[in-house]
Amino acid sequence: MAKLDLKINGQVKEVDVDPSTPVLWVLRDHLNLVGTKYGCGIAQCGACTVHLDGTATRSCMLTVSMVGNSEITTIEGLSENGDHPVQKAWMDVDVPQCGYCQAGQIMTAAALLDKNPNPNDEEIEMAMNGNICRCGTYLRIKKAVKIASENN
Amino acid sequence: MNQIDKHIGRRAFIRNTGLASGGLIIGFSWLNSCKPKSISAEQALEMPKEWFEINAYLKIGDNGVATIYCPNPEFGQGVMTAMPMIVAEELDIAWKDVLVEQAPFNTELYERQFTGGSQGIRRSWEGLRMAGATAKQMLKQAAAEAWQVPVSEISVSDGVLSHEASGKTAGFGEMAAAASNMEVPEKVETKAVKDFKIISHSKKNVEGKQIVTGEPMFGLDYQYEGTLIAMVAHPPAFGLKLKSFDDSEVRNMPGIVDVFQINTYDDNFVRNFFDTNAFPDLVAIVGKTTWEVMNAKKKLKAEWEPLSEKKLTIDRFGSISEITVPSGLESTNKHNELMEKMASQPGEIARKDGDPESAFKNAAKVLERSYSCPFLAHNCMEPMNFFAHVTDEGIKLAGPSQAPSIIESTLASRLDVPAEKIEIEMTRMGGGFGRRAYGHYAIEAALISKQAKAPIKLVYSREDDMTFGIYRPSYQATYRAALDENNNLIAFHVKSGGVPESPLFANRFPAGAVDNYLAEQWVINSNITIGAFRAPRSNFTAGVEQAFLDEVAEAAGKDPIDFRLELLKRVKENPVGEENDYEPDRIAGVLKLVKEKSNWGQTPPGVHRGVSAYFCHNSYAAHVVDVVMDGDQPRVEKVTCAIDCGIVINPDAASLMAEGAIVDGIGNAMYGNMSFTDGKPDHSNFDTYKMIRQNEAPKEIEVHFVQNEIDPTGLGEPPFPPVFGALANALYKATGRRFTKQPFSTDKPPLVG
Repeated sequence: MAKLDLKINGQVKEVDVDPSTPVLWVLRDHLNLVGTKYGCGIAQCGACTVHLDGTATRSCMLTVSMVGNSEITTIEGLSENGDHPVQKAWMDVDVPQCGYCQAGQIMTAAALLDKNPNPNDEEIEMAMNGNICRCGTYLRIKKAVKIASENN
Repeated sequence: MNQIDKHIGRRAFIRNTGLASGGLIIGFSWLNSCKPKSISAEQALEMPKEWFEINAYLKIGDNGVATIYCPNPEFGQGVMTAMPMIVAEELDIAWKDVLVEQAPFNTELYERQFTGGSQGIRRSWEGLRMAGATAKQMLKQAAAEAWQVPVSEISVSDGVLSHEASGKTAGFGEMAAAASNMEVPEKVETKAVKDFKIISHSKKNVEGKQIVTGEPMFGLDYQYEGTLIAMVAHPPAFGLKLKSFDDSEVRNMPGIVDVFQINTYDDNFVRNFFDTNAFPDLVAIVGKTTWEVMNAKKKLKAEWEPLSEKKLTIDRFGSISEITVPSGLESTNKHNELMEKMASQPGEIARKDGDPESAFKNAAKVLERSYSCPFLAHNCMEPMNFFAHVTDEGIKLAGPSQAPSIIESTLASRLDVPAEKIEIEMTRMGGGFGRRAYGHYAIEAALISKQAKAPIKLVYSREDDMTFGIYRPSYQATYRAALDENNNLIAFHVKSGGVPESPLFANRFPAGAVDNYLAEQWVINSNITIGAFRAPRSNFTAGVEQAFLDEVAEAAGKDPIDFRLELLKRVKENPVGEENDYEPDRIAGVLKLVKEKSNWGQTPPGVHRGVSAYFCHNSYAAHVVDVVMDGDQPRVEKVTCAIDCGIVINPDAASLMAEGAIVDGIGNAMYGNMSFTDGKPDHSNFDTYKMIRQNEAPKEIEVHFVQNEIDPTGLGEPPFPPVFGALANALYKATGRRFTKQPFSTDKPPLVG
């Protein structure tokens, strides 16, 4: 076990965990931040996506010891009141069905727009391809990314 | 449409009377006790100082705000929004004044808290309308008494009661207290369809904000003080069972609290229909955190042994039957050989019209084509999980289930406790697709909690979820058609079967349209567990039947839509047989609508089109799929869809459901595949189990609904099965090759030379 200070959603959180623990489980089991989802554990589905210094990162394979001074942002920290342009676009378009993958989709989309405010269809597809939506809401995801891009 | 009187069923009356007299829903406080955050939607509305229970479906606050309970569990189909919309419509309240909550699981209060079979809206339609309409009537009665005027002179709109002659008005909040004490009316009027203000007017998902802000909603997010995490180890292959295990390395690992064996139910246990379970003997590992338990599980040493053939007793909703579970380690290659063998032999005749043998013999042209599909894993994004806290006082469960009533019944029997002592909280489900109707994981959670003497949350890893499956079966079908010299379809023959279930629907189209018709089926038993997967059996049969009809239409030199419409006209005017279980007009209706909306006959350059139409789960769907070629790779560019599911409750959400079904259909048709080698599933995670992704989804989907006033029917399943057929037909146009073996991405001709 090791005591680590993590910068999460603008706060410093001290955790006492095995350094090999993935950030996903530190968030969910130790910090009660359960918006970040477990889907596959092998970085194949994107449900666990968080931002590491602004870059979309799969938290299920990111061990907590690798985080260092980097800033982690989770879905809970993306905006104060759920009013990030991407979240607003998601609600406008009514993207979710079951909703389980959507936090990961939103985090991937927000990181994309941060780096590329006006992505074309191909760029959206490429960025979002790592996030599986079993319900098949892909068309609305793409539409919401475009709306968020226009409103940003 | 005229207004109709609805007589309240006896059960609803008793239920409502009980509630009106007080306290049956008092236990609501526990519903929210474990949720760290309040419901976001509530923050936008001012909360009343006092609530008044009107019936099991709604309560009204002294400020006129209403809380409407959604009785059915939500897995993405949108009932949390659609069901309260129906209640609100008949209550006649403004939608902005409605809060929605998941109802408690309570079989005394609600009739069918089950998500499956696309029956939620269809089966609850009348009850939900009655819940709203009786509440409105009680509010009117309260106003009539307060104002001393006849109740018939009181009108209601958007939560305001008015008496025109006296000019008196009151909000629902002012009359709620008095209304809650009114006698429940025996008869009430429901609205005419033309007067709907909420139904058929799109409303946003009431849980949209919670979803996009990552609030805890799902079973896996469930919080309860002192909860330990549990995982189970199951045999690596179907046909094996637990022999022994060695936990010496595991017990001392960090965070591990206990390791023990559980038996979910023994072979003599009378199982409910949804108690399907290949692996009742498991090793449970209990610890403090998920990661610690996951690591410990890797170090567990277990020995497995072959299963002997066994007989199980199944209680299918009161009808008892015995099934045989064979021994052996099964492989997909062997399944395929067996299926081909069965397909070459006569099957069990399910329907025979006319003289198909002679018709085929005398035909000018005979076509034959065989089709197959593999097993599929459901792969809900939220892996199976359940919370359980078993104490001497009672059992508290919480988690994702499509069928909590089955869990309650099975657990009551398994632990010999009265059902009243079992409390189940229905959490939002991260997908279901049929898989979560099979609640063995909730029983496992309860047994683990009991043994560990602690609240526990059982968590399946993705690998557990995919390899402890209750899969879509593998099916095979051979179709034959006979045409006369004028290219009329004179005989039709289908023979289909599967491992271990037949996909045949003997009485569906084109049964009824052909004078000489033969439907046969066969089954190969298996120890691989199978179950409902979005539109069971239809999800194969629709696709292959519609692919075959396309081929027949081509051989007859007819347009595929016109060909189907001709056959449907025949069914309408002069049906063969009396058992045809579809309405030909409604299949024709969706075909005509999709023909119009897709501009059928004016295919854009470079586009290759396929069509299909199918009836299942009480609704009708037709698709036109447009495929384009990217080099030598076909890609779905656009899908145009027409649906007849009667009245559409929430049109935008209904479109979303159809869009999802279409993407799911393309994904599973192209890529879905679970195979087995010596009983072991060949795939255990998304690295090799291919799921459709963003760049493989169509660029555009158009969804159109047939406008009518027929009582609503289901939508979760019906748009899914025909996708497979329309896609196969479009791929044929694009490549010149009939795709017959799912998944299509690997259906390639053998290399020659």
